[in-house]
Amino acid sequence: MARKINYQQAINEALNQEMTRDPTVVIMGEDVAGGMGTDGEQEAWGGVLGVTKGLYKKFGDRVMDTPITESAFIGAAVGAATAGLRPVAELMFIDFMGVCLDQIFNQAAKFRYMFGGKAETPVVIRTMYGAGFRAAAQHSQCLYPVFTHIPGLKVVMPATPYDAKGLLIQAIRDNDPVIFCEHKVLYTLEGDVPEEPYAIPFGEASVVREGKDVTIVTLGRMVHMATQAADNLAKAGIKCEVIDLRTTSPMDTDTILESVENTGRLVVVDEAHPRCNIATDVSALVAEQAFDSLKAPIKMVTAPHVPVPFSDTLEDLYIPNAAKIEAAVKAVMGKKG
Amino acid sequence: MSDSIKALTMPKWGLSMKEGKVASWLLQEGASVSPGNEILEVETEKIASAVEAADGGILRKIVAQEGETLPVGALLAVIADASVGAGAIDAFVEEFQKNFVPPAEGEEDAGPKTQVIEVKGRAIRYLKQGDGGTPLVLIHGFGGDLNNWLFNQESLAGKRTVIAFDLPGHGQSSKQVGNASLGEFAQVLHDVMDALSVPKAHLAGHSMGGGIALEFALAHPGRVASLTLIAPAGLGAEINGGYIDGFIESTGRRDIKPHLEQLFADAELVSRQMINDILGYKRLDGVDAALRAIRDKVFPGGKQAVVLRDRIGTLAMPIQVIWGEDDAIVPSKHAQGLPPKVKVNVLKGFGHMPQMEAAAEVNKLIEAQLG
Amino acid sequence: MQLSKADLLKAYRMMKTIREFEERLHVEFATGEIPGFVHLYAGEEASAAGFCMHLDGRDRIASTHRGHGHSIAKGCDVHAMMAEIYGKKAGLCGGKGGSMHIADLDKGMLGANGIVGGGPPLICGAGLAAKMLKTGGVAIAFVGDGGFNQGTTAESLNLASVWRLPCLFVVENNGYAESTSSKWAVSCDDFTDRASAYNMPGISVDGHDFFAVYEAAGEAIKRARSGGGPSLIEVKINRYYGHFEGDAQTYRGPDEVKKLRETKDCLMLFRKRVEGATLVDAADMNKVDTEVLALIDDSVKKAKAAPKPTAADLLTDVYVSY
Repeated sequence: MARKINYQQAINEALNQEMTRDPTVVIMGEDVAGGMGTDGEQEAWGGVLGVTKGLYKKFGDRVMDTPITESAFIGAAVGAATAGLRPVAELMFIDFMGVCLDQIFNQAAKFRYMFGGKAETPVVIRTMYGAGFRAAAQHSQCLYPVFTHIPGLKVVMPATPYDAKGLLIQAIRDNDPVIFCEHKVLYTLEGDVPEEPYAIPFGEASVVREGKDVTIVTLGRMVHMATQAADNLAKAGIKCEVIDLRTTSPMDTDTILESVENTGRLVVVDEAHPRCNIATDVSALVAEQAFDSLKAPIKMVTAPHVPVPFSDTLEDLYIPNAAKIEAAVKAVMGKKG
Repeated sequence: MSDSIKALTMPKWGLSMKEGKVASWLLQEGASVSPGNEILEVETEKIASAVEAADGGILRKIVAQEGETLPVGALLAVIADASVGAGAIDAFVEEFQKNFVPPAEGEEDAGPKTQVIEVKGRAIRYLKQGDGGTPLVLIHGFGGDLNNWLFNQESLAGKRTVIAFDLPGHGQSSKQVGNASLGEFAQVLHDVMDALSVPKAHLAGHSMGGGIALEFALAHPGRVASLTLIAPAGLGAEINGGYIDGFIESTGRRDIKPHLEQLFADAELVSRQMINDILGYKRLDGVDAALRAIRDKVFPGGKQAVVLRDRIGTLAMPIQVIWGEDDAIVPSKHAQGLPPKVKVNVLKGFGHMPQMEAAAEVNKLIEAQLG
Repeated sequence: MQLSKADLLKAYRMMKTIREFEERLHVEFATGEIPGFVHLYAGEEASAAGFCMHLDGRDRIASTHRGHGHSIAKGCDVHAMMAEIYGKKAGLCGGKGGSMHIADLDKGMLGANGIVGGGPPLICGAGLAAKMLKTGGVAIAFVGDGGFNQGTTAESLNLASVWRLPCLFVVENNGYAESTSSKWAVSCDDFTDRASAYNMPGISVDGHDFFAVYEAAGEAIKRARSGGGPSLIEVKINRYYGHFEGDAQTYRGPDEVKKLRETKDCLMLFRKRVEGATLVDAADMNKVDTEVLALIDDSVKKAKAAPKPTAADLLTDVYVSY
C-alpha cells in the first residue's frame, strides 16, 4: 500500500527493509546510532539528522558507529564489500569527501577494472549535499559532478521520497560502488511511497512534466524548482518538459536527446558550481548529438563559481530558483524577462 | 437550483486524477442526449476517454472550451429540458461557478478510498462503491489492477454495490500467488466474497479475470447472479504469448511500451503515466516472481492451459461475452460458436481493453444484463 | 611453533619462488620489454612467507606497490602474474592492472596498491567482514615504512582497535621510503612505539629470519582469530633493489646490498638453519630450486609469447552492470 512519508523516512525504510531481507547489509558511519560509550541514551542520534534512527535498536551491531575517521571507515566499507558484506557507509556531508576520496576513487571505483573484471564491490556511500541550511562553505556543496567524473562509480540523486526508497534499494542490491546523494533540504519532503520494497533501475530519467516547447533537464532538489517554474510558465502558455535525471552515472542520455529533438530548446538546471558540472555535461551531450534540433542556444542555470556563502541573504542569492529558471526558459523561447 | 437542470462535470477517473483536459466535444449545443451518450473527450495524464451523460435532456450549454484543463468536479456543460429558459441556464451556471471549490492540493481523500482486508494470510486491496442490490464484483486480468475499471466502477455503482479488488500478485495486494492457477484465484474470489459478506454477486471479469470468473461460476454456480466475460481467458487455447513474455521481461519504459500498445486499438492511449504506473508495479518485490508463476501455470508455452468453453453451457445464470474485434491478446474469434444462451457482443474498432476504450458501450451492456 | 618437513619445504619454495621471480624481472625489465613501473621485493621474502604460511582461504591480505612477494605467498598464480606484468590478456588482471595492481580476490589477495597507505582501511573492512560473518578469518595489511606514516594507517589502527577487529598491521620497514631514510622520516625509533597509542600489542621482528617472523605472526594471528583484536608488527628488513627498477640508488651506502646478501639473506639463513638441524635435506631444497627456476623460466617464456589485450578489452570490466 502506498501512503505518504517523507524523504528521510523513505531512506530509513529502504535501509530497514534491505537489512531485514539481507543479513549481510550493514551500516557504518559517524553517529549513525549515536551516544556510543556514553552513560546517556543509546542511539542518541540515529544519524546527525536522524535518518538512521531506530535501526540500531532493531539491528544492533549491524549498525556501527565509527570514530571521526572517514578514510578508515569508508575504506573499511569498501574492503568489507570485497569480503562478503554489503555495507552502507554514511559520509555525513559530501564536503568530507576530501578526507577519504582515495578510498572511493582510487580503491572502490577501480578495483573491477584494475583486477581484470574479477572484483565486485557492492558498497553504498550515502552522503548529504546541497545548500539551504545556512551551513556555509564546508557543509553545503554539490560535489556529485566529481563522483560522476569517475568511471567505476554510480551516482544517484533522488529528488522524491518515492525515488529515494527505490533507488536506495537498487543501490544496496547493486554490485557496483554507488554514491547515494541526499539533499538535506529534501528530508522533510512528503510523497507517496509504497510500503513494499521496490527497486528503481539506474540510468532511467523520470519525466516529471511533459511539454513541447522547452526541455528542462535537472536533478536533485532542483527538480522541484524546475517544476515550479514549469507550472508558472504553463500559465503563460509555455509548456516545459522537465526531466529529472535521477542518476548522473549512468545517465539516461536517450530521454534527454529524445526530448530535445521534440522541443528544440534546452535549459539545464544544476545546483552545482558552473564549471564541469552536470549542466555542462548535458549541454555538451546535446550540442554534440542533437545540435541540429536546437532552435536556440542552450541555457544553463547553476550556482555561481563561488563557495557556498553563510549569510541567508547571500545563500538565497546563490541557490538557483524558479525565477531564474523561468527567465532562462523565456530567453530560449526568445522572450524578454 | 432547478431539478430539471443538470450539471455535467469533470469526472474523477481513478484514485489519483485531479484534473482533466477537454480534448474535444463530441456533441454540439442543442443536441439531445440520453444517459450513457458520449458527450466529450477528456484527457488525463493517465488516459483519454469519453465523458458520458448521466442524465437525459438537451445539451443546452457548453461551458468548458476545448483545450482547457479543469479540476475534477468543474462544470463542463449543462443539460436541461427544452422547456427551461435560457435565463435559468445562465443563472445555474453562475450559481455553480460561485459555489465551486476545486479540490485543494494534496486533498485526494475526498473520493472513494481503497481498503485492505486480510484474506487467509493475504492482504487484498479493494474498492467499494455504491450501495445495495446484488453486488457486482469486478476481476481484472494479468498484470492489471482495480484501476482497470476506472471508467466503469463509478458508473455502474449507481444502482448497486460494486467491488473491484486487486488479485494476489497484482496492484497493492499481497504478492503471494500460491500455485498461481485460475482455480487458486477463483478460491481467492470466493474468500474475498466471504470476507466482504457477499453471498451472491454479478461477476464481470476481464481477460484472465474472465477465466477466473468462469472457473468460479463453475465451482460455485449458486453464488453467481450473472457473468460478464470481457475478452476472457478460458474460451480457447490461443493467447498472445509474446505479449505475456514482453510484459514480464520488460524493465524500462522503452521496452514495455510496444507491448502495452498491443492492448489498445488506439496505441495513443498508452500514456507516459500509464507506463510509469505499470513499471512502478512491476518493480515491487515479489511481482516479477508472481507474474512468472502465473505465466507458467496459466499460459505455459504461450498457450492457455485451461479451456472451459465446453462447460459454459452447463451454467444457468445469464452470461455475456464482450470482445473488442481487434483484440491482439486473446483473439475475438473465441467469441464464436458459444452456446446460444451466451450473449455475444463483439465491438468493432476496439482491442483487448474495451472496458477502457469503449467504456460507455461496455457499461451499457453490463447495466443491461444486470437489469 | 613446530613446522613439519612439508611446511618447511613449502615455506622455502614460497620464498625461493618470490626471489627468482624478482631476480628474473630485474633482468627482464632492463631489456625494455616490460612496460611501466616495477617495484621488486627481493630480500624481503621471509616477511611475506612468515605471515602467509599461517593463512588459508578465509584470510585476506592487502599489499603495497611492492606486491609481487605477497601475491605469490598468498597463492596467486605465477604464470598469470608474469603475464600481467608483461601487460598480456592472459595476465591475472587481463593486463589492466599491471605490477602495481596485481590482485586475486578469490585468493584473498586484495591487491598490490599504487597508493601509499591505501591498504589499511580496506583491511579493516576485510577484518570486519570476517568478524561479522564469523568466518574465523584474519586480515593483514602489509605497509611500508612510508605508508605507515600515512593518516589512513593511523585511522585504521584506531578503528581496528575500537572495533576490535581480527587485523594485523605489518610495517615492512626496509629503511627507505622511496629514497628517504626511515631514520629521518619516522618520528619514533621503532614503529612498535606507536602500538600502545592504539592499545594493541607491538612486536618487532628481524625480517631476515623466517622463523622469527613466522613465530611472531603466529602469535598475532592466533590472537586475532580468537577475538583478541589487532596487532602491530614491525618487520625490520632490507630490499636488494631500488625503489623501482631504474632507481640508481645513489642514496645507499657503498656495498650496502652486497653485505646484506652475504650476511643477512633470508634464503641463506633459512637453509643454514634447517640443514644444520637436519630438518630437511639439502637435496630436497636443491630440487625445489630447480623446479622454481623452471617455473619462472616457463612463465617468462609464456608471458612473452602471450597475446596483448585488444581494443575490445578497453571498455569492459568497469562495472558489473551499467
